[in-house]
Amino acid sequence: MSWITARRRHPAAGYLVVAFVLVLIGTAYAVITGGSASASSPVSANSAQIAQGRNLFLEDCATCHGMFAQGVSGQAPGLIGVGAAAVDFQVSTGRMPAAKLGAENPRKPPRLTPSQTRAVAAYIQSLGGGPPIPSAAQVSTYGANVGLGQQLFVANCAACHNFVGAGGTLTDGKYAPALTQSTPTQIYEAMLTGPEAMPVFNDLTVTPQEKRDIIAYVTQVRALPNPGGFSLGRIGPVTEGLVAFLGLLFFMVLAALWITAKHGKAHE
Amino acid sequence: MSDTNSPGQPDSGNSGELSWPEYLTGGESRGAVPPGAQAAEPEGHARPRRVIGTPPPAAARTLLATDGGASREAARELPAEPDDPRRAKRVEKIVAACFIVAGLSGLAFMVFYGTIGVGSITNVLHSNLALGGSMALMFLLLGIGAVLWVRHLMPTVEMAEDRHPMAATPQERAAFKETFQQGAEASQFVKRPIIRRSLIAATIPMAVAPIFLLRDMGPLPGTSLDTTVWRKGLRLLVYGTGRPITAAEFNSPGALISVGPEGYLENDNAMAKAAVSLIKFRPGELVYGPPARPGGPSVRNKVVPNWTVDNIVAYSKICTHLGCPAALYEQTTHRILCPCHQSTFLATEGARVIFGPATRALPQLPIGVDSEGYLIATGPFNEPVGPSFWERS
Repeated sequence: MSWITARRRHPAAGYLVVAFVLVLIGTAYAVITGGSASASSPVSANSAQIAQGRNLFLEDCATCHGMFAQGVSGQAPGLIGVGAAAVDFQVSTGRMPAAKLGAENPRKPPRLTPSQTRAVAAYIQSLGGGPPIPSAAQVSTYGANVGLGQQLFVANCAACHNFVGAGGTLTDGKYAPALTQSTPTQIYEAMLTGPEAMPVFNDLTVTPQEKRDIIAYVTQVRALPNPGGFSLGRIGPVTEGLVAFLGLLFFMVLAALWITAKHGKAHE
Repeated sequence: MSDTNSPGQPDSGNSGELSWPEYLTGGESRGAVPPGAQAAEPEGHARPRRVIGTPPPAAARTLLATDGGASREAARELPAEPDDPRRAKRVEKIVAACFIVAGLSGLAFMVFYGTIGVGSITNVLHSNLALGGSMALMFLLLGIGAVLWVRHLMPTVEMAEDRHPMAATPQERAAFKETFQQGAEASQFVKRPIIRRSLIAATIPMAVAPIFLLRDMGPLPGTSLDTTVWRKGLRLLVYGTGRPITAAEFNSPGALISVGPEGYLENDNAMAKAAVSLIKFRPGELVYGPPARPGGPSVRNKVVPNWTVDNIVAYSKICTHLGCPAALYEQTTHRILCPCHQSTFLATEGARVIFGPATRALPQLPIGVDSEGYLIATGPFNEPVGPSFWERS
């Protein structure tokens, strides 16, 4: 005790205490959340799961979407009939619950665990049906036709998402997000449900097999070599080239000024 | 001293009085060409011939430093020595080193050219780097050496050089005229008009012939810009899969799909004009109005009701500004965007322009359903697709 007493006014003591408390809180948080994340998620919805989903919905979603998921005019859309796929997409990408009302809800670390997400999805599904969450087999890219996937992607997706899925700008601050982190399930759900400003590509227009082809293209194009730099969606280091060009131009102007400047002792 | 700077001496102090031939020769030929100026030149004076731009003779240089009275005249000359001889010596070495290394770089260029093969991609890369690098170094060091030379060894003196008259002397002009007339007579060009006229006639086709080459810029597009391959009865095929599509399949509100005319999906020239975006709306979202022609508004700004099937509308995908594929669609705001210049079209109101440089709505393709339920075109576009052009009515 006297050891602590003697050093409690040391300049570093305050920082040490703060650091210790932070580590303590972090560890406790990791233990608590990690424990619930390890719970296995049943694929089929049951009444217990729906009840859990309802509770989570009331906690995290009802503020904006209304107590009965009916939606609030001018604030949030109704969720009856959107289906489990839409909920899984929005929550698993961290877009929902939204941090604030904005033009575009950005992708961020998900707030709910996968099992909690499926519970909320099951609850919304129970309200009014809609497209369900695709199974692992539905989004498997095994044996997919990547060439056809590219054709479909370029014709229907690349206008907004860029030809390698780097994303792009829309109106009024909205944007088409980059697809570099999207999982096959999320890509499938996005095509199926048309989140935010994205158009819908239902299974009759773009069949599940063709969706797998598109997913195969989006995921495999990531592995292609990138030309490097701020590549502007795989175009190449154009930005750096522009900066270097302008910088060199500036330097050459300075050099030209220096060469022609008056120098030495002026002769009468 | 007095013999080199006596009045009337053709030094640079009164060079403004020199005529053009004297200027060229530094005044040494004075006395030979213009008879009027002959009196000023003392005969038999052995002044050394001087080249413009080189230091004056040693006698003149000594006067610069010692004689105050003559310095006003002599100061117009370039100083021979830099102010700081030690520094000049150092710069001299640097400049010489630059030039030597530049020369070595040139030698290296030749060696690299001979030694590095171009048999493989790697060799080509190495060869390009070595050749370009050595040549760049050569030119760079030549330039640096020249700049250092100019800045540190050559003096900075402002000199005014009076302009000489542009016209030749009357004697020269007279001589030229005489020579020309003699030549013209000797060639018989004047005497024999048939040769002269036939020669002139022969040159006319030579001048006109290049104009005929302009024909290769054609043929003129004619009416090809007015029409697309769309016509009544062609099915709308999903681009990529080539599958026809029914209204029942394309039933999700907010849906979009790129389609092309049956039989032309692989025809890039046709698809460049015929690409179409098919969009499904919710009931009540569309705002209907008449087509642009005939009898309607001059610019269509509503959805033509007879051209839709169950709230499905087909718009040209080619932007009416500069022809980019306007294919960004926001199903929440119903805006179609062109990525090139941000032209924005409102899909629910006939794809009329609501923002950007485009001036016309995206053309709407009349669609219907055939006996098997597939979506078909019920006619061609009734207006040209894509950017406006000169002859567009």
